[in-house]
Order: sequence, then C-alpha cells, then structure tokens
Amino acid sequence: MRSPAFFLVSFAVGLVVFVLARMLDNDYLFFAGYTVLQYIVLATGWNILGGYTGYVNFGSAAFFALGAYSTVVLHKAFPMPIPVLMLVGGIVSGLVGFGMGYLTLRLRGAFFSIATLALAVVLQTLIVNWDFVGGSRGAYIIRPHHLEIFDYEIGYIQYLFFTMMVLAVLSLTVARMVERSRLGYGFATIRDDEVAAEACGVPTLKLKLIATTLCGALMGMAGAPFPYYIGYLQPSSAFGLEYAVNAIAMPMIGGATSWVGPLIGAVLLGTLQQVATVTISSAVNLLIVGLLLTGFVIIAPNGILGLFHKYFRGKTDFVGRRRIDRIGP
Amino acid sequence: MGITAELFINALIAGILLGGFYAAVTVGISISFGILDIVNIAHPAFIILGSYIAYIMNVTFGIDPIVASIVVLPAFYALGAAVYELYYQSFEKHGQEALRGLAFFFGLLFITEVLLILVFGVDYRYVNSAYTDHTLHFDAFDIPLRMLIPCIVALLMVGLLLIYLARTFIGRAIMAVSQDQLALQLMGVNPVSIKRIAFGISIASASIAGALLIVIQPVEPSVGREYIGRIFAICVLGGLQSLPGMVIAAMLLGIVESITATFYGPSWAPAVSFGLLLLTLAFRPAGLLGR
Repeated sequence: MRSPAFFLVSFAVGLVVFVLARMLDNDYLFFAGYTVLQYIVLATGWNILGGYTGYVNFGSAAFFALGAYSTVVLHKAFPMPIPVLMLVGGIVSGLVGFGMGYLTLRLRGAFFSIATLALAVVLQTLIVNWDFVGGSRGAYIIRPHHLEIFDYEIGYIQYLFFTMMVLAVLSLTVARMVERSRLGYGFATIRDDEVAAEACGVPTLKLKLIATTLCGALMGMAGAPFPYYIGYLQPSSAFGLEYAVNAIAMPMIGGATSWVGPLIGAVLLGTLQQVATVTISSAVNLLIVGLLLTGFVIIAPNGILGLFHKYFRGKTDFVGRRRIDRIGP
Repeated sequence: MGITAELFINALIAGILLGGFYAAVTVGISISFGILDIVNIAHPAFIILGSYIAYIMNVTFGIDPIVASIVVLPAFYALGAAVYELYYQSFEKHGQEALRGLAFFFGLLFITEVLLILVFGVDYRYVNSAYTDHTLHFDAFDIPLRMLIPCIVALLMVGLLLIYLARTFIGRAIMAVSQDQLALQLMGVNPVSIKRIAFGISIASASIAGALLIVIQPVEPSVGREYIGRIFAICVLGGLQSLPGMVIAAMLLGIVESITATFYGPSWAPAVSFGLLLLTLAFRPAGLLGR
C-alpha cells in the first residue's frame, strides 16, 4: 500500500473509532482514548530512534515536556489553535533532539542514552526555575468547554481526541514510510553494525541526526496539546517518569522493528493502564509496566510481533524481512 | 568582602565533603560502566535500596546506619551477582546488551523505585545516629560531622577498592577483563565469573553509598533520579576506568555544585552535573585521567 493510501485508510479507521465513541456519548472514553493515542505517538517516535536505529532514548519525558511547555509559553504570549501549537512543539523538541544528537552521537551509543536521561533532570531544573511558565507551582490553562465548527457544537475533549488521532495516524504513516525507504534501510544498517555501515559509505552521523530529530519532533508534538488536556501543568507531571518508561516499554513489548509494534504495544499497554488506574491504583499500574518491560526483554526479545512470527513461521530471529539478531557494535 | 570570602571558603569545604560522598556513589558505576562496560543505569536505585535498608535497621534495632550497611554487604554482593547472571544469560551472551540490556536496567530502576514507593510511601525518611547533629567549629568555618564522616568512609572505601584492584589476583583480573577478555581466557581465567564478582562488588558499594546518603540527607524513593546524571557525569569526567580520576572529578563536581547552590540557590544545583557532562562529552570524551 502506498503511503497516501495508508494514511487515508488509517484515518478512516480512526474516524470510525471517533464516531463510535461519540455515539456512546461518554466523555471518559475520550479522556482515556486521548491518553492511548498520545502513547501511540510517543512510542512511534521512540521507535524511530530506538527500534530502527538502535539508540535508546531515556529522555522521552523531556521531549514531551518541551512540547507541553512551548504551548504554555505561547498560551501566555499569543494563543493559537492546537495544530499550530503541535507544529511549534515539534520544532522545539526536534531542535533539542538534534542538538543532543550532535553532542553525543559521535561517541559510543551508551553516552547518548545517559545524556538523554540527564537532559530530563536538567530541563526540569530549568522549568522549575522559570517563573514565566509557573515555576514549580505550575501553570493553569483554562480549557474552553466546547468548540463550534460550522455551527456544529463539539466538546473540547472530543476536539483534542480528534487532533491527537490525526497526529497518531500521521506518525504511523511517517514511521511506515521511513521503514520502507532508503532512510529506513540506512537506520537498520546502523542498528545491525555501525562500523560496517560506516565502512560501506553509509553517512551514519547524518542518519542518526535525522533519527534523533524525528524522534524528538514527534514526542514534542505529542506533548503540545497536553496542557489543554490536563488543565493544570506542573513540572513533575510533565516530566513524569511514566512517559519515559512507557515510550520504551510499548515498542519493546509490541515489537521494535516495525511500525506495527509500537501501535500494538501502545494500545495494549495504554488500555491496560487505564483499566489498572481505575480499578487498582496508579502506582501499581506503573509497577505492571516495569515488570512487563523487563519480562518481555528477557523472555520475548522481539516482543509480541516476534512471538507472532515465531509461531507462524517457526523462525526465531526474523521479524518481517530484517534480522535483528545482533544489535550495535 | 570578608563575608563573601568566608562564604566562599565554607562553600568550598562543603563541596569537598560532598565530593567525597559523590565518590562513594560513583565507585560502583566506575566498576560496572567504566571497567565492565555494563551500562547499569539502575545503580542509583540500588543506592536508594541501601538507604532504606540502613533506615530499617536503624529504626528497628538502633544500629548505626553505616555499620548496618557493612553488615548487609554480603546480601548486596549476592544481589549484584544474581543480577549479573540474569543479564549475562539473557543479553550479553547473545550480544544483545546495547538495546535490550539498557531497557532491562531501566526497567529494574523503575521497578525498584515503584516498589519502594508502594512499601514506604513518598514521605522523606531519615536516620538518627550519634554524630548527625554535631558540628566542628574552626574560627569561621563549620564542618558538620554529618558530612565529614560520610566523606571519610567514602574515601576509605574507594582507597580499599583501589588497593584491591591493584594488588590482588582477582582485582588484577577485573582490570584485565576490561582490556582483553580473550587474553584473560587464554590465561585460564573465566571472564564471566570475574565479571560476576566485579558486578557484585559494584552493587555492594551501593549499600554503603546508600547509608552515607541517608546520613547526609532525608531520602525518598525518587531521590535516586537526581544521581543518575551526577554519577555518569563524574564517571565520564574522571576517565571511565580510572578510580583516582573519578575521585578528582567527584570533588570537582561537589565543589562546583556547592558554590552554585551557595551563590545562585540550591534549585540550580542539579543542572550543574549535566552541563559538566555535556562539556566533557563535547570537548574531552576521554575524561581527566583517561587513557
């Protein structure tokens, strides 16, 4: 399937979900669904760098929060519609991703991972000390109750859900496009053996920078509407460790070598967490995510997709067309 | 002018004491990341675990936290050896440590933190011991025992480890495993068991570091996160495999953080380590005493 067709088909699927949810007329569905969609974007963004290129980003929360806080800044200066905010958040996070990559990617891969982890702490320190966006007290964003489009009234949470759905479809399309392009094959060579790739003339640094920028931009875009969703944004919620762990756990559990993996992981894990938060407690639901992540990386290294392929083809280390037997140098 | 100089020297002393403590926190990561090449980002979680165990023993039995941490050293060693065994069997053996190994340790960090929150809640916990409230006064300079004793214990621990690595057979084998695993194998030593011992030692050091941490400041489960950036910054700045370099880097970071906290406010201190880490990575990735 070509990319535009893929986009239209997945958009249609999303639209059906949206209309079904509207027919049920339960606002909680939109609140829960928004979170799941947001995780689809985060997981897909992580996977472009982590799954395709083999570089682990621990700072997903930082990129997410950057998107959210650029919205807060713009909200205070001059308010704009959500899609524009997403674009701005994406640009800001993408630039930071580029800068991080430029400083650390010439060294061993582990340095990049550590630097992303530290980035989250430092950005949080900066935000806590920045009074304009509320500092450690946080910032209030008053969400309009509803929106009118062509005399047709629509609840604001439904509008947020809809824009996030479009973003999720868009990011899946991008991931699928990257996966099947020259760029994606370049990423895969870096993941499988960076030294060999470099020796064969693959411009590894350039490709890695493209991957970090794409990854940062998608995460920033996922974070941009967040202040409107939550209504009250404080540093500890925007930089929550749950974003970092979920962004890693979802692709790893779903299967990190294909765009389908993060989608499966985000839908399964996201729904599970919504259910667990309501029925048990939010601390326990994070524990479940941690246990699932470690359990899956030990027992099922290629995630659910890997299990699926193993079951149907009797091959252990093939997912789709790619060997992912050895990762990194 | 006089007050500023006094303030500065006090900040300097506090920084040196803090740096000694940072050396204890980092020595574990110097062994696992610097020498063994295992990116154990869960190390801070083990340190917090050490803090809580010292806390429990202090509250229930009234044992001094540092003594308590020495008592539980064997348990931490065994825990470290077990974690390494799991890591080796699941990842290192198959050459999958880059992506999945990192995710594994991240999961471990997360699980430990959430478990501690579930058991102890997010309240700050602190310990009582004979020296927590005493301060030595020299003219205008104050040296709180709460900082001095952890610093001394930390330097003792690092010194002992340094002697162990340089003088004993296993210590030398640990240094050798970082240089040439195959050569070690040809000498008739099993690199996996050497690495298991080394990783056990690195986690055991977290027990003592944890006790020192809870002596210095009250602890809650997510405090460990602040140390992730710090310990890796110190380890990289010191030059990965060099323990003396690590101690110098720890002192440097302690001093810079303490001066930042004194003159610009403590809320800026966490940003210092990251700035230092980035500068090191950008300008001298080999570190201060790196080879």
